[in-house]
Amino acid sequence: MKARVTVTLKNGVLDPQGKAIEGALKSLGVEGIDGVRQGKVFDIELGTADKAQAEAQLKAACEKLLANTVIENYRVELT
Amino acid sequence: MKSAIIVFPGSNREGDMVRALTSAGSDAQKVWHAETELPKGTDLVVLPGGFSYGDYLRCGAIAGRATVMDAVRAHAARGGLVLGVCNGFQILCEAGLLPGILMRNANLKFICHRQFLRVERSDTAFTRAYAKGQAIDVCVAHGEGNYTADEETLKRLEGEGLVAFRYSDAQGHTTPDANRNGSMNAIAGIYSTKLNVLGMMPHPENLIEDLVGGTDGRGLFESLVSSFPKAA
Repeated sequence: MKARVTVTLKNGVLDPQGKAIEGALKSLGVEGIDGVRQGKVFDIELGTADKAQAEAQLKAACEKLLANTVIENYRVELT
Repeated sequence: MKSAIIVFPGSNREGDMVRALTSAGSDAQKVWHAETELPKGTDLVVLPGGFSYGDYLRCGAIAGRATVMDAVRAHAARGGLVLGVCNGFQILCEAGLLPGILMRNANLKFICHRQFLRVERSDTAFTRAYAKGQAIDVCVAHGEGNYTADEETLKRLEGEGLVAFRYSDAQGHTTPDANRNGSMNAIAGIYSTKLNVLGMMPHPENLIEDLVGGTDGRGLFESLVSSFPKAA
């Protein structure tokens, strides 16, 4: 089973990297962009075929390491 | 006084830390991150600066979960002293030993310069050689030192007197110019609730000899060593 975990900064947390990317896009003349927030994507392969077990394992992975829940949210998608 | 300096892959300030502690009179030894126990009789654990695990994922995230950190947590829970400097501060936050997190500097730049800090209290094991309100001249070198915490945590840190150092000018005044990484409340270092864990971004271990430009960092190591009776 495969999964994709997306980690993003919580709303209101300053994202200077996103701001810098936003500025770079503007300076490249890419129009219509009102804001950029940067995050991380993890593509994960799981040994199990059991959906509930996979979800539990991914939740543990996110809570223990992949996200710092002080400033980040995470989203898990099983594919 | 026995100190253990934890070395992770990518740590690079452990040598300076050994030197600073040894010259203050501590028996200092390096401990590899894969160890499950601290050397017997360890009084102080130090997490030195550097770029543990190449700052992969988040600064300090992987080191914060290293094998040896369980022993460090147990040491802190017993009331043992723990000092984290720079990457060590980031590791302490990621390991849950201190609240909050160090974010990318607000100006997006790696900053590396001499920096005054105001000593917020001089009644802890780390700062008794200083005076409250004293401005000490040390240095900073980091890209992610922007201390950030939620409102409630910040209120608790301030209310309980857990801010150890603030970025200041030479007179000890906090000014926007002095707070170059954008830290909330100009926080440069914080204590745990029991005052036995200190995390700080600036490097006191850099300023321990006149030869390299100053000795204001010495006080921290002398404070630590003087907190313990001398071995016979």
